[in-house]
Amino acid sequence: MINNGTTDGNSTPTRPRPLSPNIQIYRPQLTSVLSIANRVTGLILSLGAVGLVVWLSAAAAGPQTYRVVQDVIESWAGQFALFGCTFAFFLHLCGGIRHLVWDTVHGFELRSIYISGWTVVAASIVLSAAAWTISLFVAGWHP
Amino acid sequence: MTRESFRSPLARALGLGAAKSGVQHWWAERLTAVALVPLCLWFAASIIAHAGSDYAVFIAWIRTPLATSCMILLLIALFHHSALGLQVVIEDYVHSGVKFVAVIAVRLCCYGLAVVGIIAIVRIALGG
Repeated sequence: MINNGTTDGNSTPTRPRPLSPNIQIYRPQLTSVLSIANRVTGLILSLGAVGLVVWLSAAAAGPQTYRVVQDVIESWAGQFALFGCTFAFFLHLCGGIRHLVWDTVHGFELRSIYISGWTVVAASIVLSAAAWTISLFVAGWHP
Repeated sequence: MTRESFRSPLARALGLGAAKSGVQHWWAERLTAVALVPLCLWFAASIIAHAGSDYAVFIAWIRTPLATSCMILLLIALFHHSALGLQVVIEDYVHSGVKFVAVIAVRLCCYGLAVVGIIAIVRIALGG
Protein backbone atom coordinates (compact mmCIF):
# COMPACT_ATOMS: atom_id res chain seq x y z
CA MET A 1 0.00 0.00 0.00
CA ILE A 2 1.31 3.42 -0.98
CA ASN A 3 1.11 5.75 2.00
CA ASN A 4 -0.72 8.77 0.58
CA GLY A 5 -4.18 8.14 2.00
CA THR A 6 -5.28 5.95 -0.92
CA THR A 7 -5.16 2.18 -1.29
CA ASP A 8 -3.43 2.09 -4.68
CA GLY A 9 -1.85 5.55 -4.94
CA ASN A 10 -4.07 6.63 -7.83
CA SER A 11 -7.74 6.61 -6.81
CA THR A 12 -9.54 9.31 -4.80
CA PRO A 13 -8.07 9.58 -1.29
CA THR A 14 -10.23 7.96 1.38
CA ARG A 15 -9.57 10.91 3.69
CA PRO A 16 -8.79 14.56 2.94
CA ARG A 17 -5.20 15.63 2.53
CA PRO A 18 -3.73 17.05 5.75
CA LEU A 19 -3.88 20.83 6.16
CA SER A 20 -1.38 23.13 7.80
CA PRO A 21 -2.21 23.91 11.42
CA ASN A 22 -4.51 26.93 11.46
CA ILE A 23 -6.36 29.19 13.86
CA GLN A 24 -8.73 26.43 15.06
CA ILE A 25 -5.86 24.13 15.97
CA TYR A 26 -3.36 26.44 17.65
CA ARG A 27 -3.81 27.08 21.37
CA PRO A 28 -4.62 30.77 21.84
CA GLN A 29 -1.58 32.77 22.91
CA LEU A 30 -1.26 36.39 24.05
CA THR A 31 0.37 37.29 20.73
CA SER A 32 -2.35 35.80 18.53
CA VAL A 33 -5.21 36.95 20.77
CA LEU A 34 -3.93 40.56 20.74
CA SER A 35 -3.45 40.44 16.96
CA ILE A 36 -7.06 39.30 16.50
CA ALA A 37 -8.24 41.79 19.16
CA ASN A 38 -6.60 44.68 17.30
CA ARG A 39 -8.57 43.77 14.19
CA VAL A 40 -11.86 43.18 16.03
CA THR A 41 -11.53 46.46 17.97
CA GLY A 42 -10.82 48.21 14.65
CA LEU A 43 -14.15 46.89 13.32
CA ILE A 44 -15.97 47.92 16.53
CA LEU A 45 -14.44 51.41 16.38
CA SER A 46 -15.51 51.77 12.72
CA LEU A 47 -19.08 51.25 13.94
CA GLY A 48 -18.36 53.68 16.78
CA ALA A 49 -17.20 56.23 14.19
CA VAL A 50 -20.62 55.96 12.50
CA GLY A 51 -22.15 56.67 15.92
CA LEU A 52 -19.86 59.69 16.31
CA VAL A 53 -21.11 61.15 13.01
CA VAL A 54 -24.76 60.51 14.01
CA TRP A 55 -24.10 62.23 17.36
CA LEU A 56 -22.38 65.27 15.73
CA SER A 57 -25.12 65.54 13.08
CA ALA A 58 -27.77 65.48 15.81
CA ALA A 59 -25.91 68.26 17.65
CA ALA A 60 -25.81 70.30 14.41
CA ALA A 61 -29.55 69.71 13.84
CA GLY A 62 -30.51 71.31 17.16
CA PRO A 63 -31.26 70.67 20.85
CA GLN A 64 -34.36 68.49 20.25
CA THR A 65 -32.57 66.05 17.91
CA TYR A 66 -29.51 66.08 20.18
CA ARG A 67 -31.75 65.18 23.15
CA VAL A 68 -33.08 62.12 21.29
CA VAL A 69 -29.54 60.84 20.60
CA GLN A 70 -28.41 61.66 24.16
CA ASP A 71 -31.37 59.64 25.52
CA VAL A 72 -30.23 56.64 23.44
CA ILE A 73 -26.63 57.05 24.69
CA GLU A 74 -27.81 57.44 28.31
CA SER A 75 -29.95 54.26 28.15
CA TRP A 76 -28.51 51.03 29.58
CA ALA A 77 -27.87 49.65 26.09
CA GLY A 78 -26.25 52.95 25.08
CA GLN A 79 -24.00 53.00 28.14
CA PHE A 80 -23.01 49.37 27.56
CA ALA A 81 -22.13 50.14 23.90
CA LEU A 82 -20.22 53.26 24.97
CA PHE A 83 -18.25 51.30 27.57
CA GLY A 84 -17.47 48.63 24.92
CA CYS A 85 -16.29 51.36 22.56
CA THR A 86 -14.16 52.91 25.33
CA PHE A 87 -12.35 49.62 26.00
CA ALA A 88 -12.03 48.89 22.25
CA PHE A 89 -10.66 52.42 21.79
CA PHE A 90 -7.94 52.04 24.43
CA LEU A 91 -7.03 48.51 23.32
CA HIS A 92 -6.72 49.62 19.67
CA LEU A 93 -4.82 52.77 20.72
CA CYS A 94 -2.32 50.89 22.91
CA GLY A 95 -2.08 48.02 20.40
CA GLY A 96 -1.56 50.56 17.61
CA ILE A 97 1.26 52.28 19.52
CA ARG A 98 2.82 48.81 20.02
CA HIS A 99 2.64 48.32 16.24
CA LEU A 100 4.24 51.73 15.60
CA VAL A 101 7.10 50.77 17.93
CA TRP A 102 7.51 47.50 15.99
CA ASP A 103 7.64 49.56 12.77
CA THR A 104 10.83 51.16 14.11
CA VAL A 105 12.31 47.62 14.32
CA HIS A 106 12.27 47.55 18.13
CA GLY A 107 10.82 45.09 20.62
CA PHE A 108 10.81 41.91 18.54
CA GLU A 109 12.47 39.67 21.14
CA LEU A 110 10.00 37.13 22.56
CA ARG A 111 10.40 38.58 26.06
CA SER A 112 9.76 42.15 24.80
CA ILE A 113 6.71 41.00 22.84
CA TYR A 114 5.15 39.47 25.96
CA ILE A 115 6.05 42.48 28.13
CA SER A 116 4.53 44.93 25.62
CA GLY A 117 1.51 42.64 25.13
CA TRP A 118 0.64 42.47 28.84
CA THR A 119 1.35 46.22 29.12
CA VAL A 120 -1.26 46.83 26.38
CA VAL A 121 -3.83 44.66 28.23
CA ALA A 122 -3.17 46.31 31.62
CA ALA A 123 -3.06 49.87 30.20
CA SER A 124 -6.36 49.34 28.33
CA ILE A 125 -8.15 48.13 31.47
CA VAL A 126 -6.69 50.92 33.67
CA LEU A 127 -7.40 53.68 31.10
CA SER A 128 -10.99 52.45 30.49
CA ALA A 129 -11.68 52.32 34.23
CA ALA A 130 -10.06 55.75 34.75
CA ALA A 131 -11.99 57.33 31.85
CA TRP A 132 -15.34 56.13 33.24
CA THR A 133 -14.55 56.92 36.87
CA ILE A 134 -13.42 60.48 36.03
CA SER A 135 -16.42 60.96 33.69
CA LEU A 136 -18.83 59.92 36.44
CA PHE A 137 -17.20 62.35 38.90
CA VAL A 138 -17.22 65.19 36.33
CA ALA A 139 -20.91 64.45 35.65
CA GLY A 140 -21.63 64.95 39.34
CA TRP A 141 -21.89 61.35 40.56
CA HIS A 142 -20.96 60.82 44.20
CA PRO A 143 -20.48 57.32 45.63
CA MET B 1 20.22 36.76 -18.61
CA THR B 2 19.31 37.29 -14.99
CA ARG B 3 15.74 37.72 -13.81
CA GLU B 4 16.42 41.22 -12.50
CA SER B 5 17.36 42.51 -15.92
CA PHE B 6 13.74 42.30 -17.07
CA ARG B 7 12.89 45.15 -14.74
CA SER B 8 13.56 48.64 -15.99
CA PRO B 9 15.61 50.96 -13.77
CA LEU B 10 12.49 53.14 -13.40
CA ALA B 11 10.38 50.19 -12.18
CA ARG B 12 13.08 49.31 -9.68
CA ALA B 13 13.37 52.92 -8.50
CA LEU B 14 9.59 53.20 -8.03
CA GLY B 15 9.56 49.92 -6.10
CA LEU B 16 6.37 48.77 -7.79
CA GLY B 17 5.90 45.04 -8.14
CA ALA B 18 3.24 42.96 -9.85
CA ALA B 19 0.60 44.53 -7.61
CA LYS B 20 1.24 47.86 -9.40
CA SER B 21 1.45 49.65 -6.10
CA GLY B 22 4.11 50.04 -3.47
CA VAL B 23 3.89 50.88 0.18
CA GLN B 24 1.32 53.69 -0.09
CA HIS B 25 -1.41 51.76 1.75
CA TRP B 26 0.90 50.69 4.56
CA TRP B 27 2.42 54.17 4.81
CA ALA B 28 -0.99 55.95 4.84
CA GLU B 29 -2.20 53.59 7.58
CA ARG B 30 0.84 54.52 9.72
CA LEU B 31 0.56 58.24 8.93
CA THR B 32 -3.11 58.34 9.95
CA ALA B 33 -2.30 56.22 13.04
CA VAL B 34 0.37 58.72 14.14
CA ALA B 35 -2.10 61.58 13.59
CA LEU B 36 -4.86 59.75 15.49
CA VAL B 37 -2.83 59.20 18.69
CA PRO B 38 -2.85 62.86 19.85
CA LEU B 39 -6.23 63.64 18.22
CA CYS B 40 -7.97 60.70 19.93
CA LEU B 41 -6.37 61.43 23.30
CA TRP B 42 -7.48 65.08 23.01
CA PHE B 43 -10.99 63.97 22.00
CA ALA B 44 -11.26 61.44 24.84
CA ALA B 45 -10.00 64.00 27.40
CA SER B 46 -12.45 66.63 26.07
CA ILE B 47 -15.41 64.24 26.20
CA ILE B 48 -14.51 63.25 29.77
CA ALA B 49 -14.20 66.93 30.74
CA HIS B 50 -17.69 67.56 29.26
CA ALA B 51 -19.39 64.54 30.85
CA GLY B 52 -22.87 65.55 31.96
CA SER B 53 -22.69 68.92 30.16
CA ASP B 54 -25.86 70.27 28.57
CA TYR B 55 -26.34 71.11 24.88
CA ALA B 56 -25.29 74.77 25.15
CA VAL B 57 -21.97 73.95 26.86
CA PHE B 58 -21.20 71.23 24.32
CA ILE B 59 -21.95 73.55 21.37
CA ALA B 60 -19.84 76.33 22.92
CA TRP B 61 -16.93 73.87 23.19
CA ILE B 62 -17.24 72.75 19.52
CA ARG B 63 -17.25 76.44 18.49
CA THR B 64 -13.83 77.15 19.98
CA PRO B 65 -11.27 77.34 17.13
CA LEU B 66 -9.15 74.55 18.65
CA ALA B 67 -12.09 72.15 18.98
CA THR B 68 -13.43 72.94 15.48
CA SER B 69 -10.00 72.40 13.90
CA CYS B 70 -9.17 69.26 15.89
CA MET B 71 -12.60 67.70 15.27
CA ILE B 72 -12.24 68.18 11.49
CA LEU B 73 -8.69 66.76 11.56
CA LEU B 74 -9.93 63.87 13.72
CA LEU B 75 -12.74 63.03 11.27
CA ILE B 76 -10.36 63.09 8.28
CA ALA B 77 -7.73 60.89 9.96
CA LEU B 78 -10.34 58.59 11.55
CA PHE B 79 -12.23 57.78 8.36
CA HIS B 80 -9.09 57.52 6.22
CA HIS B 81 -7.65 55.06 8.78
CA SER B 82 -10.98 53.15 8.93
CA ALA B 83 -11.16 52.88 5.13
CA LEU B 84 -7.61 51.48 4.95
CA GLY B 85 -8.14 49.06 7.83
CA LEU B 86 -11.51 47.77 6.64
CA GLN B 87 -10.09 47.28 3.13
CA VAL B 88 -7.41 44.94 4.54
CA VAL B 89 -10.05 42.98 6.47
CA ILE B 90 -12.17 42.58 3.32
CA GLU B 91 -9.16 41.57 1.22
CA ASP B 92 -8.22 38.94 3.82
CA TYR B 93 -11.62 37.25 4.14
CA VAL B 94 -13.64 37.96 0.99
CA HIS B 95 -12.38 36.09 -2.05
CA SER B 96 -15.26 36.33 -4.52
CA GLY B 97 -16.32 39.10 -6.87
CA VAL B 98 -18.05 40.66 -3.87
CA LYS B 99 -14.58 41.75 -2.72
CA PHE B 100 -14.32 44.65 -5.16
CA VAL B 101 -17.89 45.78 -4.49
CA ALA B 102 -17.22 45.63 -0.75
CA VAL B 103 -13.92 47.55 -0.98
CA ILE B 104 -15.55 50.26 -3.12
CA ALA B 105 -18.61 50.45 -0.83
CA VAL B 106 -16.44 50.75 2.30
CA ARG B 107 -14.33 53.49 0.71
CA LEU B 108 -17.35 55.48 -0.40
CA CYS B 109 -19.12 55.06 2.97
CA CYS B 110 -16.02 56.21 4.86
CA TYR B 111 -15.54 59.28 2.65
CA GLY B 112 -19.28 60.04 2.83
CA LEU B 113 -19.35 59.75 6.63
CA ALA B 114 -16.25 61.96 6.94
CA VAL B 115 -17.96 64.68 4.86
CA VAL B 116 -21.24 64.40 6.84
CA GLY B 117 -19.27 64.70 10.10
CA ILE B 118 -17.21 67.67 8.88
CA ILE B 119 -20.36 69.45 7.64
CA ALA B 120 -21.95 68.91 11.09
CA ILE B 121 -18.89 70.49 12.77
CA VAL B 122 -18.90 73.43 10.32
CA ARG B 123 -22.64 73.96 10.85
CA ILE B 124 -22.14 74.08 14.62
CA ALA B 125 -19.08 76.33 14.33
CA LEU B 126 -20.74 78.84 11.98
CA GLY B 127 -24.33 78.49 13.23
CA GLY B 128 -26.11 81.54 14.60
